[in-house]
Amino acid sequence: MSFHPKMAYDATFHRSARKLEDEGPPFVYSPENRARFDLIITRYPPEQRRSAVLPALYLAQHQQGYITANAIRHVADLLGITRADVEDVVSYYTMFYTRPVGKFVINVCRTLSCALNGAERVTEALREKLEIAPGQTDASGTFTLVEVECLGACDRAPAVMVNDAWHECLKPEDVPKLVDDLRARGEAALSGCHHVVERER
Amino acid sequence: MFSWPRIVDVDPVLTKHVREPNSFTLDFYLRHGGYEPLKTALGKKPEEIIELVKASGLRGRGGAGFPTGMKWQFVDKKTEPRYIVCNADESEPGTFKDHLLMERNPHLLIEGCAIGCYAIGAKVAYIYIRGEFFHLQANLERAIEDAYAKGILGRNIFGSGFDCDVYVHRGAGAYEAGEETALLESLEGKRAQPRNKPPFPAVAGLYGKPSAVNNVETLCNVPLIVSRGAEWYASLGPEKNGGPKLYCVSGHVNKPGVFEASMNVTLRELIEGYAGGVRTGRTLKAVIPGGSSVPILMPDQLDIPASFDAIQKAGSLLGSAAIVVLDDTTCMVWLAENLLHFYRHESCGKCTPCREGTDWLYKILQRIERGEGELRDLDLLSSISGNVAGKTLCAFGDAAVTPVLTTLKHFRHEYEAHIREGRCTLPADWRARQPVGAH
Repeated sequence: MSFHPKMAYDATFHRSARKLEDEGPPFVYSPENRARFDLIITRYPPEQRRSAVLPALYLAQHQQGYITANAIRHVADLLGITRADVEDVVSYYTMFYTRPVGKFVINVCRTLSCALNGAERVTEALREKLEIAPGQTDASGTFTLVEVECLGACDRAPAVMVNDAWHECLKPEDVPKLVDDLRARGEAALSGCHHVVERER
Repeated sequence: MFSWPRIVDVDPVLTKHVREPNSFTLDFYLRHGGYEPLKTALGKKPEEIIELVKASGLRGRGGAGFPTGMKWQFVDKKTEPRYIVCNADESEPGTFKDHLLMERNPHLLIEGCAIGCYAIGAKVAYIYIRGEFFHLQANLERAIEDAYAKGILGRNIFGSGFDCDVYVHRGAGAYEAGEETALLESLEGKRAQPRNKPPFPAVAGLYGKPSAVNNVETLCNVPLIVSRGAEWYASLGPEKNGGPKLYCVSGHVNKPGVFEASMNVTLRELIEGYAGGVRTGRTLKAVIPGGSSVPILMPDQLDIPASFDAIQKAGSLLGSAAIVVLDDTTCMVWLAENLLHFYRHESCGKCTPCREGTDWLYKILQRIERGEGELRDLDLLSSISGNVAGKTLCAFGDAAVTPVLTTLKHFRHEYEAHIREGRCTLPADWRARQPVGAH
């Protein structure tokens, strides 16, 4: 609570929307992910298994699409730390989802260099095309729209990240086509990173 | 075909081959003399390497410009194990230089990590890469795998008896992880929140052990110093600002990108020469010379070398050399609001002045930008800023209030116009039609 009449903390201030509620189905790593986990854990000193919490959570999210309470239990047990320790990390970092997201998570960079080049208009065009607001997933579960802070691709602004892949120099007028292409061709529709000169685009 | 603008007569060394096909492969790197510096380094004593880096005057490229040789010398050599941690959490708005190096020249970074490990007596280097650089993680891991296969990493490198492992650790979306102690916390599997200093990482860093945290570009400079010598390195650029430097120019310019130059290059040459000038038909309004956390410079302040010392003398900072160019369509209240949205979102929440202050600042700026501000809000902005800066564990607090203070200083009349007219006086066609809400 704020004691300043003009500065009442509104519902947007607290990030309580990230509260974990979803127990989810029972969770254990698939054999492939377990093998990956066993390899990753060797990169850290044996008494520092906790260091692997981020890669371990990425594996869980990759396997299940989002992080559930059961996934947190599994990761905590494997690392020998408490569930609270893992939940603490999940709730802090923005790249972990605690509820189901669409097949394509469209992250629009909204920070300065992208905004100077029209990122706000890109978000508007996406809202219009997908008929959802940032933070929402469309009814078919195909697209989730997120506004994110600087992606580090300021020279190819406005930049968007779809799942883990980049799309550069997205103009607002090209948004409808990109959305349709994503539906039809998946991540192949994305430009990728312009530094990769080996792949002619 | 891409060609480097010939403005300053310094050949690019860090990025010389980046536009060539397959420049990221081990074969390519070896063909161009790669890993020879590591061999040379392993033939010397670790102290000699530190002395060499000190003599070169290499200053950290992450933002603070602290001499790297000193940093390595401070690492407590009596405690084992020790660690090199490479800060590849490139997230300062406007910065994208390390991305280029890791994408196109990953072996240079790996070699820098290995030489760094040898110099401070570490056996393990962790490269902490930001979560959004997923494709770079794969690229780096492939490069590391290739290096192991050739015996360049692992046990008994080049028969010298030196062991070195390099691992990539991917973050998960936190600007604060770029602060060195917060990065160490994150690497230890916790929230990326800064630690109280001292003790500094050189004494108690990763897992409480002596560590050196270095930026990607910094480590990439080390093999060059070993192969070409400290004198060559120091002779590029002004005194105490030696070596090649990568500049990131973005915003309202015709050709944004990463440009390599010595620190003799002026800000005006970078903007008007390398980056092709301000967007056609527009005029320059202001420049942020070193990432969103530094004070802005005005168009008449650009004829200075883009070096750590010269920019500091002009009242700003070189920071991460992220030059954001603003043309005359930019509303400076909007700019402060945009950046405070960033800082409010990225504040780690550990220190109260920063966590609360950034939220207050953002809300007041939003109010003014929407035309609902009052004149006394301007004093409130200054007062809140004064209560955040210098009152937090890390430099985030100071960084977060800078956009507010610097725009108030140079463009107070724009704030006053917003308040007087009850609307944004400079709406641009690249901005949202509807005001952007808080979320």
